[in-house]
Amino acid sequence: MEQVLFWICGVVSIVFAVMMILKRNPVHSALCLIVVFLCLAVSYLLLGAEFLAAVQVIVYAGAIMVLFLFVIMLLNLDDEVHSPGKPRMALIAGSSIGSGLILLFLLTGGVFKALSGTRGAEKVVAGNTQAVAELLFTKYLLPFEVTSILLLAAIIGAIVLAGKKG
Amino acid sequence: MINYIWMVTLFPLIGVVLNGLAGVKFPRKVTGAIGSLAILGSFLTACLIFAEVLRLPAAQRTSEVVLFTWIACGSLLVNIGFLVDPLSLVMLLTVSGVSFIIHIYSMGYMAEDEGFRRYFTYLNLFVFFMLILVSANSFLLMFVGWEGVGLCSYLLIGFWYQRRAPADAGKKAFVVNRIGDYGFLLAMMLIFVTFKTLDFSTVFAAAPHTLESGGLAVTLITLLLFLGACGKSAQIPLYVWLPDAMEGPTPVSALIHAATMVTAGVYMVVRCSVLYSLAPLSMDVVAIIGCLTAIYAASIGLMQNDIKRVLAYSTISQLGYMFLACGVGAFSAGIFHLVTHAFFKALLFLGAGSVMHGMAGELDMRKMGALKSKMPWTYWTFLIGTLALAGIFPFAGFFSKDEILWDVLQKSTVLWAGGAIGAFMTAFYMFRAVFMTFHGESRVDEQVHVHESPRVMLIPLGVLALLSVAGGFIGLPLIEGGNRLKEFLVPVIALAGHGAAAQHGAHEAGFEAVMMVVSLGVALAGIALAWLMYIKNPAVPEKLSERLSGLYRLIYNKYFVDEACAAVIVEPVKNGSLFLWRACDNKVIDGAVNGSGAVMLRASRILQRVQTGMVQGYALGFVGGVIAVLYIVFAM
Amino acid sequence: MVDTTQYLVLGAILFCLGVAGVFIRRNAIVIFMCIELMLNAVNLTFIAISRSLGSIDGQVFVFFIMTVAAAEAAVGLAIILSLYRRRQTINVDEVNLLKW
Repeated sequence: MEQVLFWICGVVSIVFAVMMILKRNPVHSALCLIVVFLCLAVSYLLLGAEFLAAVQVIVYAGAIMVLFLFVIMLLNLDDEVHSPGKPRMALIAGSSIGSGLILLFLLTGGVFKALSGTRGAEKVVAGNTQAVAELLFTKYLLPFEVTSILLLAAIIGAIVLAGKKG
Repeated sequence: MINYIWMVTLFPLIGVVLNGLAGVKFPRKVTGAIGSLAILGSFLTACLIFAEVLRLPAAQRTSEVVLFTWIACGSLLVNIGFLVDPLSLVMLLTVSGVSFIIHIYSMGYMAEDEGFRRYFTYLNLFVFFMLILVSANSFLLMFVGWEGVGLCSYLLIGFWYQRRAPADAGKKAFVVNRIGDYGFLLAMMLIFVTFKTLDFSTVFAAAPHTLESGGLAVTLITLLLFLGACGKSAQIPLYVWLPDAMEGPTPVSALIHAATMVTAGVYMVVRCSVLYSLAPLSMDVVAIIGCLTAIYAASIGLMQNDIKRVLAYSTISQLGYMFLACGVGAFSAGIFHLVTHAFFKALLFLGAGSVMHGMAGELDMRKMGALKSKMPWTYWTFLIGTLALAGIFPFAGFFSKDEILWDVLQKSTVLWAGGAIGAFMTAFYMFRAVFMTFHGESRVDEQVHVHESPRVMLIPLGVLALLSVAGGFIGLPLIEGGNRLKEFLVPVIALAGHGAAAQHGAHEAGFEAVMMVVSLGVALAGIALAWLMYIKNPAVPEKLSERLSGLYRLIYNKYFVDEACAAVIVEPVKNGSLFLWRACDNKVIDGAVNGSGAVMLRASRILQRVQTGMVQGYALGFVGGVIAVLYIVFAM
Repeated sequence: MVDTTQYLVLGAILFCLGVAGVFIRRNAIVIFMCIELMLNAVNLTFIAISRSLGSIDGQVFVFFIMTVAAAEAAVGLAIILSLYRRRQTINVDEVNLLKW
């Protein structure tokens, strides 16, 4: 069951990620990205992180992507035209990304091998939301508070940057 | 009370801080009052200490007050400490007393000046350093004061820095003094190498055992110290800065360049009398240089028309006398003359300042004359100062100069003759100045409204005049126990042990009296000649100058020493510096710097192509770098 | 039970796709979306390894990353907006003043 779900999620997310990159229309890209995010939320569920799965759907797929769409609509953008005379750039990018991908695969294996020594304590923590909350309000209380200040700063920054008529 | 000696130096420092840092908005009266009261505080403290020391028996009059450790570095240990002994007390009293009087005078003299606050700040700073200098307990702390007064002298000579001449004069004083300071520094290092300490008491106590009398080390030390003294006290060959220093405000000339700072060299030599007594050769050098300076400067003074320059050369000449006294071992006579000279030379300078004040800044005596009736106070006090300087009985200068000449005669007839000639010339040029300024016909410009100075300036003149009359009585000759100053100084000077003067302790009263009459006669002859030439027959000087035109021009131009200096020292140094500037600095050093810059610029031109402005391009490089790092870390 | 390695590989693929998108696309908003994708890929890795280690800390980190991403999205989009107002474009090729 878990295997099946994982494969479905994985394949769908990769396909939609590729589509997001390739779609000329930014609105389509955004919609594809939402699908990717939803698939990832399912993966989080599979990994036993219900709280984060919920946050992923609400905050990411909900709030942030709506913000993106909102801005895209606001700017009323046309389809992206590939600027001529830049094929070299794309070539470099393509080749480097290809090699980078291969390398990263290798690395993932390497990292996991390094980690595998500590493996074995694989236990699914019951009551995931409660566990996260406990950590968040005890061990990580200070970062949590700092994050709230960060968000405040971001709000003010966004108003300052976008609010004034240039 | 002795333990509060540091308060003497503290007061002027408070004055500096108040006036210099906080006094921007003080009214002038407050600024002047702070400055003067600070010095008054020092003076009163010094008086109290003096009174206490007087009550002690002679043997216990020397004590050291150490405040704290200043430098502790390896075997070098220097304390901030003060030496209270008769010598430093005499200096403290003289310095703070004369300073106080001159501060009062300055309040009147500088009343209109824009830099009033700056002036008082500098002046207080000067007094602070001067008091440090005379009360320090080690060579290094003395050097601090020594350099500090040099700095203040520079600042005050160039007080009117907007004008070219004072600024140049200040620089000249600073640079010439530097040569002397170099000698002082070398001497200090030698002392440290020899004694492993710089404390006066230790050095002087150890000197007789450590140093071989007349040996190389002590001779070198004393000669180098004397080089320092030459710079500060304007002796041949380093005297050239003092006449130019007259560009400063007149009270400054009175305080720094007549009464106190320039006597620091004499003080230093006396302070080191123990060392000098061990080096007969250095003593001879000191005496000869002193005698030469006395005659030489006096001869220049004969021809000067600028009233302050006359006084400046006179100061150099009188300092020569002090060194002459030190050179023959009559250290206490040197200090005696230092004290009396401080009184009457300050008086003369302040009198000249008063004349200037009344004449709208005129200094040229050819444009004065017959000021006696218009400035009676200035005239009478100036006359008293002149009589004191000329050495007329019973004014202060008579006793001190006579004591010097007497002591010199014990040692060498030639030097005595030199001193007597100097005394003759001194009497002549001083009365020439008096006659040209106050007597004869008026040559004053018609626009100039001559007026007497305000009371705040006249009262200091009066006080100094009193001191010039009475000051000599602290060192009466002939009478047994009359020379109180000498007796007071015995604890310091006697350390010198077999000093020349000490050997001649027994006065041959009859002979001395004769010699007193002789020196008095010499002075009177000078006055008479001046009277003949400038009052009785005013045409004589001109005729004389025509007949002896060569000699006249030589002396009038101060023996062309400044010109010779410029040609022999200044020009080569300047040309050398120009060469170094153009060839070494511009080409080699700047070339290297600019060259490396140019190389970097060329290299950057190649590299700047990377900077396309394409953010994605930068990101590409960034990712490439990350991949490379990851590869190195994990895959290698 | 899916092997942790599989999640890691999925994360790596998504990450690389994000990187590729950043390079290929010219539209600043899409580039921004690609960055979000990369962040999510990292989140996935975090959670996978968190489970593998049996520790909940990784999830807390993901929580923080999400917060930062939200803040970043707000500020970034504001910047893009003001950029558009000034230059009438959000094509990154045309925003190239930062050069010699």
